[in-house]
Amino acid sequence: MNQHHPVAALEIRALTKRFDRPAVDGLDLTVRTGEFYCLLGPNGAGKTTTLRMVAGLLAPDQGAISVFGIDALADPVEAKRIMAWVSDEPMIYDKLTPTEYLEFVAGLWGIEPKLAEARSNELIGWLGLTPHANERCEGFSKGMRQKVALAGALVHEPRLIILDEPLTGLDAGSARQVKTVLRERVAAGGTVIMTTHILEVAERMADRIGVIASGRLIAQGTLDELRIKAGKGHSSLEDTFLTLVAEQVEAA
Amino acid sequence: MSQPASLTFLAHHEFRLAWRDWWSMLTAGRPHRIRVVALALVAFALFVHLVAFSIVGKFAEIEPNADRSTLVVITGCAVLAWSLMMSQAMESVTRAFYARSDLDLILSSPVVSRRVFAVRIAAIAASTVLMAVLLAAPFINILVWRGGPRWFSTYGVVIAVGALAAALAVALTVALFRTIGPKRTRLAAQIVAAVVGATFVIGLQIAAIISYGTLSYFTILKSDLLASLVPAVESVVWWPARAVLGDTTALAAVLCVSTLLLAAAIALFSARFGDHAVAAAGVSDSGVMQRRWRNGFRRVSPRAALRRKEWTLLRRDPWLASQTLMQLLYLLPPGLLLWRTFGSHSDDLVLLVPVLVMAAGQLAGGLAWLAISGEDAPDLVATAPIPASWIVRAKIEAVTGSVALVFAPFIAAMALASPRDALIAASGIVVSAASATLIQLWFRIQARRKHFRRRQTSSRVATFAEAFSSISWAGTFGLAAAGHWEAGITALIALGILIGARALAPKKA
Repeated sequence: MNQHHPVAALEIRALTKRFDRPAVDGLDLTVRTGEFYCLLGPNGAGKTTTLRMVAGLLAPDQGAISVFGIDALADPVEAKRIMAWVSDEPMIYDKLTPTEYLEFVAGLWGIEPKLAEARSNELIGWLGLTPHANERCEGFSKGMRQKVALAGALVHEPRLIILDEPLTGLDAGSARQVKTVLRERVAAGGTVIMTTHILEVAERMADRIGVIASGRLIAQGTLDELRIKAGKGHSSLEDTFLTLVAEQVEAA
Repeated sequence: MSQPASLTFLAHHEFRLAWRDWWSMLTAGRPHRIRVVALALVAFALFVHLVAFSIVGKFAEIEPNADRSTLVVITGCAVLAWSLMMSQAMESVTRAFYARSDLDLILSSPVVSRRVFAVRIAAIAASTVLMAVLLAAPFINILVWRGGPRWFSTYGVVIAVGALAAALAVALTVALFRTIGPKRTRLAAQIVAAVVGATFVIGLQIAAIISYGTLSYFTILKSDLLASLVPAVESVVWWPARAVLGDTTALAAVLCVSTLLLAAAIALFSARFGDHAVAAAGVSDSGVMQRRWRNGFRRVSPRAALRRKEWTLLRRDPWLASQTLMQLLYLLPPGLLLWRTFGSHSDDLVLLVPVLVMAAGQLAGGLAWLAISGEDAPDLVATAPIPASWIVRAKIEAVTGSVALVFAPFIAAMALASPRDALIAASGIVVSAASATLIQLWFRIQARRKHFRRRQTSSRVATFAEAFSSISWAGTFGLAAAGHWEAGITALIALGILIGARALAPKKA
């Protein structure tokens, strides 16, 4: 049975969160196992709020969140064990070195020390941080900090990685390294959910794209499926995205 | 309308920023609570006037032609105020060098930087003076009420002392910059600022302990020994004290000297401020290599990983460590008293109990803020696969472990001299530290550790509750050690403070 209908990496049902106004408004979303999913939307659409609720950083008002079949609201610890979260503003400890930071993350996730160390060394090398491995993070550029945060997200081999605008403020070289690491992660069977405002990145990297506006999913599918929905034959994702969002605004 | 980049334009800008900073501090970021703030301020003003009455009410009748002993005490109080103002001004000057909030804009504008920094130094002096005036006002008002308008001159002395403190703070910080460079000045200036603020009190206490076996620094100020060593009553050294007592000539002289010194500091150092600020900007991004003392990752539980992280971060941040350890400077005099009375079974040990209990509360409050609120990677720990209660517990363990480490030697030494007093002190330390930690837990906010300096502004209620609970517990266990039944009353007050703080704490989502 599961072979025909594998468990979804993420399943969101009727998710709702209100602040002064509804930020997420009865959202339904499914992300398949092993896919690279990009979540797009204008500013204030509810992307970050949605992903923060999935990561357990925000409590929803209503709805259900399931991560690989685990009810993330009923059993958040089990869900967190197989997830990783990377925010747009890399939050790391200035006074720790990348190696120490990764050791701390491994400790939090309870990873076997030898395994964690091997993975850390691999990630540090992979992300070009080897010369800075034993340097405190306080002097790092934003790109380097983002790489350290990404290494922290990968060191415990999560099955689902959630990234909120991970490429914001990165130079071309750093952005390419991050994209390469994520693509390899998906190739190895992992699932990646990412929000971005850089539509070319979504166009080139995503298996499927979800468009969210006013807290609701207004379109979802491959790029071709979105073009058909928007009635834009061979247009770019930018044109397709703007058409879909404009339709939603008109409908509202 | 003033011309852009004129002195008045820049002064207006500084004034607006300072006013909004103060307003935000008073209202804790909720400007709509004006009525509540006003009522709280009136109540607080009444309370401090009552406190001031109990302290200085009896001194209002001191004659203008005071004797040497009185002049020594007044001068001692002025030096104490000066040292505290100097400490505050040095911290403000250091911030002016290293805070990047608007320096990039100012330094990249076509405004003459000398003019900008002249206004900024004047603003530092003004805020130092204003703070001192506000703190001194209840005492001066009581003296005026009880002793007549001649005591108004004390306001002038406070202003003069504030201006002098600001001038010296600027000179000292610039001198540090030029001698040890921008990289070391940041930390050095903050440590010097804290030490300057504490040295005078601690020095007097140590002298009092050595000479008279008491913690009260007034004992040394009022001593015959000191009175015999100081200059005669006609000396200019006593002019500030004479000005306090209403001598208008002395007041005019003191005000003139301090204003001239401040003007000289502005004229001399404002031009260099810009260069130093640029130099300071160049040091903030330098990397620090960290030597690894062992090979391989260690097997640790998530709780142990959190505890170790807290201790490592505290150890590695010299500024945070200095700010925290500065609270421990005040333990030097009690430590000395303990050492001197050790083995004599003296009743002086009882005096140590409230000091230790108070210090434990203050230290625990600072550490608890760092561990509980000051989390630089909140998303990381919140998304880790561990229950939220574990995270909080590990952080509390880090705090209590640090407090235990600091106070264990004192308790051990006390236990050898008087097991009963040691037991009471240990109980007080546990209760006081637990109370401060609980208050920080109830009022926790998400903040970066580098904002430690501003922790008092995040919640007025938490700040006052923490301070008053430490004081009440210090009183409780001090009275208990002395065998007074009134300990029960202060314990009830402390519990009331905790219950009140819990009721006022923001509800967690």
